[in-house]
Amino acid sequence: MQKKLLTVSVVAAFAALALAGCGKEEPKPAPKAEAPAAPAAPPPPPQIVVKIGHVAPLTGNIAHLGKDNENGARLAVDDLNAMGIAVDGKKLVFELVGEDDQADPKTGTVVAQKLVDAKVNAVVGHLNSGTTIPASKIYNDAGIAQISPSATNPTYTQQGFKTAFRVMANDVQQGSVLGSYAAKSLNAKTVAIIDDRTAYGQGLADEVEKAAKAGGAAVVAREFTKNDATDFTAILTKIKGKKPDVIFYGGMDAQAGPMLKQIKTLGIKTKFLTGDGGCSPEMIKLAGDASEGVYCSQAGLPLDKMPRGADFEKRYKAKFNTDVQIYSPYSYDAVLVIADAIKRANSADPAKIVAELPNTATEGVTGKVQFDDKGDVKNGAITVYTVKGGKLDVLEVQGGSLVAKAEAAVKDAVKDAKEAAKEAAGDAAKAVGQAATAVGQEAKKVEEAVKK
Amino acid sequence: MTFHPEIFLQQIINGLVLGSIYALVALGYTMVYGILGLINFAHGEVVMIGALTALSVILALHGAAPDLPAALFILAGTLVAIPVTMALGYTIERVAYRPLRNAPRLAPLITAIGVSIVLQNVALLVWGRSYRSWPPILPTTPHTILGANITDLQIFIVLAAAAIMAGLMLLVNKTKLGRAMRATAENPAVAGLMGVNVNVIISVTFVIGAALGAIAGVMVSANYQIAHYYMGFILGLKAFTAAVLGGIGNLAGAMLGGLLLGLIESLGAGYIGDLTGGFLGSHYQDVFAFFVLIVVLIFRPSGLVGERVAERA
Amino acid sequence: MLAALKKNPAAKWLGLALVVIALAVLPFAVEAGAGRSWVRIIDFALLYIMLALGLNIVVGFAGLLDLGYIAFYAVGAYMWALLASPHLSANFPAFAAMFPGGLHFPIWILIPMGALVAAIFGVLLGAPTLRLRGDYLAIVTLGFGEIIRIFLNNLNAPVNITNGPQGINKIDPFSIFGIPFNKPLSVFGFTVPSVALYYYLFLALTIVIIVITLRLEDSRIGRAWVAIREDEIAAKAMGINTRNVKLLAFAMGATFGGVAGGLFAGFQGFVSPESFTLMESIMVLAMVVLGGMGHIPGVVLGAVLLATLPEAIRYTVVPAQKMLFDRQIVDPESLRMLLFGLALILVMLYRPAGIWPSPVRKREFATAEKAGKLEPEQYPDRTEASEGARL
Repeated sequence: MQKKLLTVSVVAAFAALALAGCGKEEPKPAPKAEAPAAPAAPPPPPQIVVKIGHVAPLTGNIAHLGKDNENGARLAVDDLNAMGIAVDGKKLVFELVGEDDQADPKTGTVVAQKLVDAKVNAVVGHLNSGTTIPASKIYNDAGIAQISPSATNPTYTQQGFKTAFRVMANDVQQGSVLGSYAAKSLNAKTVAIIDDRTAYGQGLADEVEKAAKAGGAAVVAREFTKNDATDFTAILTKIKGKKPDVIFYGGMDAQAGPMLKQIKTLGIKTKFLTGDGGCSPEMIKLAGDASEGVYCSQAGLPLDKMPRGADFEKRYKAKFNTDVQIYSPYSYDAVLVIADAIKRANSADPAKIVAELPNTATEGVTGKVQFDDKGDVKNGAITVYTVKGGKLDVLEVQGGSLVAKAEAAVKDAVKDAKEAAKEAAGDAAKAVGQAATAVGQEAKKVEEAVKK
Repeated sequence: MTFHPEIFLQQIINGLVLGSIYALVALGYTMVYGILGLINFAHGEVVMIGALTALSVILALHGAAPDLPAALFILAGTLVAIPVTMALGYTIERVAYRPLRNAPRLAPLITAIGVSIVLQNVALLVWGRSYRSWPPILPTTPHTILGANITDLQIFIVLAAAAIMAGLMLLVNKTKLGRAMRATAENPAVAGLMGVNVNVIISVTFVIGAALGAIAGVMVSANYQIAHYYMGFILGLKAFTAAVLGGIGNLAGAMLGGLLLGLIESLGAGYIGDLTGGFLGSHYQDVFAFFVLIVVLIFRPSGLVGERVAERA
Repeated sequence: MLAALKKNPAAKWLGLALVVIALAVLPFAVEAGAGRSWVRIIDFALLYIMLALGLNIVVGFAGLLDLGYIAFYAVGAYMWALLASPHLSANFPAFAAMFPGGLHFPIWILIPMGALVAAIFGVLLGAPTLRLRGDYLAIVTLGFGEIIRIFLNNLNAPVNITNGPQGINKIDPFSIFGIPFNKPLSVFGFTVPSVALYYYLFLALTIVIIVITLRLEDSRIGRAWVAIREDEIAAKAMGINTRNVKLLAFAMGATFGGVAGGLFAGFQGFVSPESFTLMESIMVLAMVVLGGMGHIPGVVLGAVLLATLPEAIRYTVVPAQKMLFDRQIVDPESLRMLLFGLALILVMLYRPAGIWPSPVRKREFATAEKAGKLEPEQYPDRTEASEGARL
């Protein structure tokens, strides 16, 4: 017995040492992470350092999207610092603390805790719903505001947390647009639905199913695949036997691409519709010419229809020397929303930021950001695209904030008018052009009214 | 539910093509297992490296001379990929398995997992994380037989898998090398006494297995027109399941197991959903496969055609 | 030093006291030194210790290669999630009628129940595999592990039991004697943060599990397991009921996995099937083998190392690259996994019996090595009775 006790104690001691050892290795990087703050801190003029945490997967399959989010937030932080905002007589110095959650729920909570430790004033992130939801608990416990630019799962804002916000339309909104688009605009009487059994794919597919049924279409096949699958012939063949008018796929581009090729090989001539995960240049690259005529949607406005999208795109490219992916305008806006809340609260205290966020009415790149009582963005926009000549072509925009819509309408009107003008000859063209300008002025008035 | 014969035929074709791919990869597992009694967990990654190497060659060639016939591209890619994977197979055996031949049985399993992780991440650093797609060199217009579609490439894959298995069986059963392999598999110590250089034989087995891996890799990626660093893991897992289903260590068993697994997945996803009123749909595709595997192993613990080597009870 | 300790009971008790104090202040020391996130990493490491000890019973003691062990972790986690969240009441009117606010069982019921349910699953999944050996057993257990995960991922329709890929949210945090674990606790003006509270709970259960395994190891059952591992036929001939003893190994192993899974669910407050992949099973197996199969201190060491090593590399790779090259050259995640893979290979090459093998195995292995040296290229005969023993 004594011998055993000894063993126990030795094991315990070893475990303790090992654990402590691991802990002790770390003091080096921890201060290093804060090191940049130190030189910024010395205050000849009174300053407040506002730390904004940002979390996204910077490694793994969707690292390119994660980096894009971080770049958006970084651009916003630099802009804010250049503007020189002051509250309470002190100048605000914004600082971005970027972290990587690898799109893994467990790592997500560790990283969230790391940000709470670092005493950030607010957090922008995470990218995926699967990491955003468990992390939101930690931010809520710490009383730190969290604004996700891209987590679209409705559950995130339905937990009753006062700290959880998002600046992006959720799956319910996107799914209902897609479902009714299939039933109404594509005139589908029968729909086949495939999802990849991830939280994103299944959530979106379920919403599409509901909306398609509500729109009068029958769901003739509900099939499933995996987010690492490459062979879809079995389910596609089954769907072929059901002869649907539209196939919807809820999943990512890496599967949508090969799936489209297999659809072609199997000789299925059905319209194909997918959500934002599959709505990317990557899908077109993987599917090749099998992607022609595919319909897909993205939550959010197309960049050229955002009120300040063109300007954002130009500055983003100049700064990071890479293209805007999908969500960076939203992470940019999330930072602006936080800065606005600080201004209104006249304090960078995390609790005061949380208290001010519901009153947000910030003019961002993506339009006017306002939150509903759950923390979801009001009037999230959904854009439907089609693939034409190997490029995504805008078909229609649904929802979106009023200003954005107004401006988009102006642009469209002007564009259409100009095209019409080119085609039409002589005076008639000028008249149309004038009409377009008139429409534009009207729309601008609307915009100003909305701003007021 | 109405029964469509052309859909059924299509599902059989789907299953055969998928099964041939599994069988090709399974041959690599089963060869190494047959001779060493070792699960070469890294074989899936060897297939992946073969696929990515070949694709790189094909892309380079396509950039330089886009009008060559498709077969030439594939041949060139495969011919470059084979020596690369052979060298890789040899190195893996030398570095990770040979020093552990006398070690506890699980030690080489862990090194195999280690090798697998290392290869994946090396591939990630070399080829990046996005999916790489094939240039449009292969004819995509399918042949239609009784309402079911099949492409030239798919016919080629099925025939090639059968031909390669036949070739391997000839090699193992009819040649001097094959006899040495069988002797080593039976009893390495005695084979050594009989003048067989056991080390060389084991190395040769690994190298042949790796070369098959390259061929399998090219065919898999040609069929799906994509390749990426993670493709080996899932494929390896499926192929390993197929090898066990047929009876690991047995070449014909690997072929049989592969085809059977392909058909189960295809017909399972195609029909069980409707037969169970939508309850067991295509989301349970892998469950069907594992279920058949478990049932087979319960009644035949060494697989369908496996010999009862290790059974003592 | 150990011998001196044995002779001197006072020194032994002093040593034990020091260990207790060290473990008690650990979370505070770590938090002060490295930040609270490291306390959270240590919490996860404790969960992995429980898992590794459970798998060690199956693989290390009884010699049954199990590649689907994470299934029991998943079963424990989902059981906890279902019984301590509003999920069932939200989806089944019958439950809602009985428990309008959702099910909220206390920890005293949940932990034993998690253990029991996991044990039942252990027996259910173990029973069909009794005749299988070695690699066939490995692939069947792998299959069972995947089947359970696939069911968890898909049982949201036609009846919503697991909520599918969306996972179950709003799981109750632990509370003992009315003290909630998700809020910092103030004792005499001294604040214990939530992660440290979890640390103490996990530590207590880990110690209980260590004591149970230590007691089992030397018990009749433990010796029966080892006998089966070494030679099943001989064990049977000695009068051991191999069927029951094997099933007991599966059940015991599963029990620890179930408890760890429940703790994971309560700690995270959210479970989803993506936490229970095959890769997790392989990681836990690697912990057992790397540490030293069948040797409890070794397994604990293996679990601690593998659970913290990737995190430690994460914290050092990026700063080190920045310092050396002033920019990020190699993607830290792939470098991290590359180093991890290399570590697995190197440890196995230089210490094939594990980092800290049990003295018996070490001795056995040394003799095998010697035998190997006489005929260096000899490869042990697979048909020989040593099949099980070499596991």
